[in-house]
Parts: sequence; C-alpha cells; structure tokens
Amino acid sequence: MNKLKTLIRVGIVGYGAYVPMYRLKAAEVNRMWSTSGEPVEEKAVVALDEDTITISVECARQAVRRSGVDPANIGAVYVGTESKPYAVKPSGTIVAEVIGATPSVSTADYEFACKAGTEAMQTCIGLVGSGMQKYAMGIGADTAQGKPGDALEYTAACGGAAYLFGPAEESVAELEASYSYVTDTPDFWRRSKEMYPRHGNRFTGDPAYFKHITGAGKALLAETGYKPTDFKWAIFHQPNAKFPINVAKMLGFGMDQINPGLVSPVVGNTYAGSSPLGLAATLDVAESGDRILMVSYGSGAGSDAFVWKVRPPIKHRRSGPKVKNYIERKRYVDYATYLRHRGQIIV
Amino acid sequence: MSVPRYWREEKPRYRLIGEECAKCGAKHYPRTPVCSCGSTEFKPYKLAETGKVESWTVIRNAPLGYERFTPYVVALIELDDGVRVMSQVVDVEPEAVKSGMKVEYTFRKVTEDGQAGLIQYGFKFRPIVD
Amino acid sequence: MRKVAIAGIGFTKVGEPWERNIKDLFAEAALAAMKDAAHTEVDQLYVANMMGAHLQGQLGMGAIMAEAIGKPGISAARIEAGQASGGVAFNEGVKAVASGLNDWVLVGGVEKMSDLLPEAVTTALVGTEEQEYTSYTGVTKTGLSAILHRLYSREYGATPEEIGWFAVRSHDNAVGVAHAQYSFKLSIERVMTSPMEADPIRMMECAAVADGAAAVLLGPAEKIATGIEVAASTVATDYTSLASRRHPLTLEAVKKAANGAYEAAKVKPKDVDVLEVTDDTTIDGVLSLEDLGFVEKGKGAKFVAQGHTARTGEIPTNNFGGLKARGNPVGATGLYQIVETVIQLRGKAGANQITGAEVGMAQSMASVGSTCSIAILRRV
Repeated sequence: MNKLKTLIRVGIVGYGAYVPMYRLKAAEVNRMWSTSGEPVEEKAVVALDEDTITISVECARQAVRRSGVDPANIGAVYVGTESKPYAVKPSGTIVAEVIGATPSVSTADYEFACKAGTEAMQTCIGLVGSGMQKYAMGIGADTAQGKPGDALEYTAACGGAAYLFGPAEESVAELEASYSYVTDTPDFWRRSKEMYPRHGNRFTGDPAYFKHITGAGKALLAETGYKPTDFKWAIFHQPNAKFPINVAKMLGFGMDQINPGLVSPVVGNTYAGSSPLGLAATLDVAESGDRILMVSYGSGAGSDAFVWKVRPPIKHRRSGPKVKNYIERKRYVDYATYLRHRGQIIV
Repeated sequence: MSVPRYWREEKPRYRLIGEECAKCGAKHYPRTPVCSCGSTEFKPYKLAETGKVESWTVIRNAPLGYERFTPYVVALIELDDGVRVMSQVVDVEPEAVKSGMKVEYTFRKVTEDGQAGLIQYGFKFRPIVD
Repeated sequence: MRKVAIAGIGFTKVGEPWERNIKDLFAEAALAAMKDAAHTEVDQLYVANMMGAHLQGQLGMGAIMAEAIGKPGISAARIEAGQASGGVAFNEGVKAVASGLNDWVLVGGVEKMSDLLPEAVTTALVGTEEQEYTSYTGVTKTGLSAILHRLYSREYGATPEEIGWFAVRSHDNAVGVAHAQYSFKLSIERVMTSPMEADPIRMMECAAVADGAAAVLLGPAEKIATGIEVAASTVATDYTSLASRRHPLTLEAVKKAANGAYEAAKVKPKDVDVLEVTDDTTIDGVLSLEDLGFVEKGKGAKFVAQGHTARTGEIPTNNFGGLKARGNPVGATGLYQIVETVIQLRGKAGANQITGAEVGMAQSMASVGSTCSIAILRRV
C-alpha cells in the first residue's frame, strides 16, 4: 500500500458550509404519493435562484474569510458535484472569479457521484502536499436530482461545504492520512442528457455502500494503526439516516462519535456535499487534539477515507454561521413549491 | 442575451466592487466615467457586504427573463459604508421585509437565457444569517 | 430668439386599435394637426417614440413617418427620451423654430404598446433605467415608483388611500372625454381593493398599456394669427438610479425643468390655470405636483385627496384624465399633454373647460424622473 501521506504536511486552513433554507418533509412526499417512507425527516431544497455554483460560492467565501488567506494566493478551485449547471463549462471558474482567485488558479469540476467532493479535496491535498500550490480549495456541493415518486425523492437534497487546504502549521485540522477504495460497481448512475438518475435499489446497499466504506475505513485504520477509540469523531457518507449508523457499527464506531456530523435526518443527502457537510458540522464542535475519521462514498463505486487531527486555531476560525445555524434557518415548502424550486414545473 | 455584456460586468456584480474617486473620495456603484467632482481618476473600491433596507417593493409582473422568480423583492439598500445599491432581497417572505432590516450579500442566479443559453449570476441580499 | 406658437393640433383616441399600425396612428394625428392649422408646409419632422425599436422592431422612424404623412424628402428624425419622448421632441421643435432655423416644425408622438405581451412592454418600460445594474435587479418601472411610494408614506405620514386618490381624480376628469382610454369613474374603494402590482402600488394606481398618437404643428408666432404661444419649454435630467440620488423623494429633474420654465415664462405656479402632470402611477403624480411647486413637499397626497387638483380646485390637474385615464401611450404622452393644454387655452374643452384658462403647463417625465420636460403655454 502507498504511504497515504503527503511529502509536505497539509491541513485545512479554512472551511465553509451552506444549506439552503427551504425544506421538504418526508411526510409531504408521502402525502403526495400515498406512501409511508421516512428515510430522513426532511431535506434541504434550493431557492429558485440557487444552484450548485451559488452553493459553492457561499461555502467558498466562508472558507476564505475564516482562513484569512489572500484569495489571490489560492492556486486551485475544484468543485465536485453531480448537478453541474453547465454540462460543459466549469463551475469552478465562476467560484474562483467570485472569491478573487483568478487568474493564477487551476480549476476543474469533478464527478464521482456522491464522492465528487472528497475527490476534489483529495486532489487539493495532493497539490499542496507536493508543494505545487500553497493553497487549494476543494468543494463538494449538489442540488441532487430525485425522480418524482422515486425513493430518492425523500433524500436528494441541496447543500455543500468547501475546504481550503494549506500548510499544516497554519491549519485548523491536519491531514494524517488518506486512502481511496474503488471498484466498478454500477449501483447508481445517470446517463448523459437524462434528468434523473437510475439505481439498483437494494443493490446499492451491501455490495456498494457498505462494501466500499468498510473497505476504505478498515484499510486506513490498518495502515495508520488507529483503533475506533482513537477517534473522537467520525463521518460516513449519509445517503439517509440509517446507513451511516449501520456502517459506523460495522467499523466499531458509536453514536457519540458520529452524532455531530450526522445531518442527513434533517438535511437529506446532499450527494457530493454530504460527507464534506458532515465534516463541517463536526469541525463546528471539535476541539484541538480531536482526531476525526471521514469516509465518503460515491456510487459507481468508491470511498475516500481521511484521518484529520484538529489543531488549536480551530477556536478562532469558525466565526459566522455554523452548519447548525443554517439547519435551523428553515422554511417548509409544500410539494408543488418543491417542484417549482427544483425547476420541475415548466414555466 | 449578450455574452460580452455579462462578462464585462462580472467582477463588480460578483464581488460588489465599485470605485472611489481619487480626488474627492466619493464612492460609486456602479462605476462611472466622471465623478460628481469632475475627476476621472478612480481606484477600485470594495463595497460593504452588509446594510439595511431603506425601501422595497414586490415585483409581481416581471420583465422578460425574471418571470420565473415572481413574486420577488427589490430593495433600495444602504450599505454599512454609506453606499446605496439596488438589489433583490431573497430568502424572505415579501410580507416579512421591514424597513431598516439588516441584510447581507449573497450570490445567486439572476436570470437565464432559456434552457440552453448563459446563466447570469450576481449579488443579491438576504436577511443576515447568524 | 423668435417667439414660437402652436398652429395646429391633432390626436387619436387612446386605446387598443388592433387593425391599425404605428404609421396609421401617426398619420392620423399629424394630418389632423396640419388640417387644424390650415397649413401643410413642413420644414422639419420630429417623431417622438419610446419603444418602437423593441415592440415593432422599427428604427429610422423619421423617414418612415415622413413618408407616412405624404412628405418623403423632408428633414426628419426620431426623438427618444423614454416616457418623456413627447415632451423632449416638443422642446427640440420649439428650439428649431425659435432659432430661426426652421419655420414649420411638425412634432408628433406615437406609441403602439398593444403589439406585444405585457412582459415585453414591462421590459421596454424599464429600458430607460441603467440596464447593467438597475434593470439587472429585475425591478420594473412601477417597482421603482413603489420604492418611492413606501419612502414617501414613511417620511411624510401619507396613507396609501391619500396617495390612491390621484387615480380617482384623474378618472373623474376622463368622464365624457371622447379620446380617453378609460372614461369611467373610479372609486377610492376600487383603487384600494385592486390587486397589488408592485407593493404597495395597486393595479388601479397605474396607467395601462395603450396605443395612440398626438401631434402639434409649430411655427413662428408672428406668422400665426390665432396661435397658442409657447411661453417656455425646458428639459432637465437627473441621476437615473434612485440609489445615486441624495434625496430620492425630490425629483431634481422636475424641479430644475420647472424653475427654468417659470423663469422663462415669467410666471409662478399660482399663475398656472391648467396643469398636466405625469401620473404613470399615483405617487409619480404626487411627487410631480410637489416638485413643480404647487404644494409643499410631503403634502401632495393630502392636497389631492382633499380635492385641490379637481376641476373646481386650486390647480385643475390632468383635465382629460391624465396618464391613468386618458391613457399613457408613452412616447406620445408628452404631446397629448400639450395638445390638451392647447384645447383648454383655446376654450374648446366643452364640459371639461376650466373657465378663463390663460396659462397652461405640461410636465412629461421619463421613469422616476431621469428626464423631465416642461412646457408652459399661453393664450395670446
């Protein structure tokens, strides 16, 4: 196995998260379709004028502000999403332009279903860790698609988080190790030009989500020599309220460890934003010295696992609205309004 | 819809950048070729990102390209640095807008050139999130 | 400078004449003005039009209309100054005659707004605002007036009803007016229960989409026996954006144009017998009355509600219904105001006549006051 570490020590120097204010209750989906599912209580829905790019900008601006880094020194802006407003034209150029990182900047959009965000983060870690850039930003954000009437409609949600990486000594959380675990497992996909994804139903469970998260998690634990008890907190990709709890158990983690980052019951599955958002919620409450395990999952399929060690600057670099504040700022919409906000009513 | 026209105004609209007169210090948003003092020398000026609503309206019959967003609030906002801007105020029910309400910068879609054309972004304001 | 007089006037009924195009409307008004003047020689044609380039895709309107009135070959141009196009074109015509450069100048305004759907008209109406920053917000012309309405109520304690009375007064004066778009009476209850257009402005406080044309034939006063003299014609502008104005509730362009006109005509507001002001929305009318000097700042709405602008009041205003009831075919509106003032000064207003009217004033305004034109006319 490779070393899972960078040549130069890397950490998160600033982070930002965003959850749009509208919510659709599972009960409202049930009212519409006369069903009785409740994979989450409710999910976050964008306003009429929001998309992956505006969500990314919200997160990125907060991350830059908290870091205190001059945006002109940010050498990369990568956006991971499966809801690109443009099929061709990078979301990252707009984000980079808004935060003031242009023109000395590398930009690209990443796609790997729900792990596109951690993929972008890992690339940034590589850039900074190799010494090629001093600062690099990875963003996971989505306005996830769920076909009306499909099981995904309960959970496919909107939100994201941004991470600015830089030298470990400036960071709020240092990267200790990262590992990725990928196989060709077609559990979920969306073909080009299709509006909604398809999925393999129960096939998305054991051979997909559980296999890859435990595969990545176990390998990283083995390589680093850490036990679950060495971690104060853990975040596992959260497609619903239940899966992350089950996978935590499988890896030997308890509710206390995953609770702060478990936002899916009230936010839904923000896809590429999901584990990054969970990490942000965890950093919002973490203290210096805390160790955090994070394992994402993206259909297709794979997992990126990270070990973070929280550092003292955390105290001073989380001003402004926290994930909790965004979660509490909410307005419920009915099903028709939900469709309108998601552009599913042609006007 | 004109691509160059959109591109030309990206920085001011994305970053809320106006200009400051090099002579009299007057702040302008948007930029202007000549200051009220007659000077034509300016330096870029970053506007305050928070302010308060002075007056507002609710647009119910919108111009082309904005129909999809009705009803929406457009307000005259006095920023904390004293500069006034006109902007939409979002994430608030029109009925809940109050004069003097504190608002902050947010980045949003403004209009779209149909399904296939350019998406135009820019600043709007929203009630302060804390 | 020569004295200028109005030799003839012409106009069409304001409405939605579906069968007729902009040339038909323009020619009807222009030919009527020449017939009224019993004079057909024209040295210069000015066509006032705001949105023909958007709604009909028509440019080069000077040549188009010269041909339409049977005078291809004459010097002609379109004048565009938003909703003040009519008043500004009039001013250009006056200058041409006063300077001695032209003897006979036909100034006609035309607008045909019913050719496109309301959202296209709404887009064109906010076209006089700075496009990249003001119009980019998605605001409308009515929305800008609404922002002023709310500021006004808060600053001066005027109630929405008091402001709403402007529409009632305009409609009162349109009853029996053959050329008016809406010649029905309007109650304050109906105004205040009509749907919101741009809060707090309601639908019945706004002028509607309208088609129409109006024209005047101008000439040297010494060559016109029975003319109405142009005592003053002024144009002024202001910062277009409300955000750039120090005191948004003061329409500086209106004040400036009015002061210039009073000075040139050697009259004061109290000398004005009949008045036409821009009531595209009720608050536009109220602010105009104040900045023209007919009532103290902040007291305009009460002044109107109490009846001081009625035909029997202190300053009879919008005596054929104004923009709200006679109608607001935008580019032509400034010329309707002038034509109506001439009718009053000639003593030919029938049931709408203000007895003994000698001095009349017309105020035409683009958007929320980016451009204002004033004409003061006098019976001689």
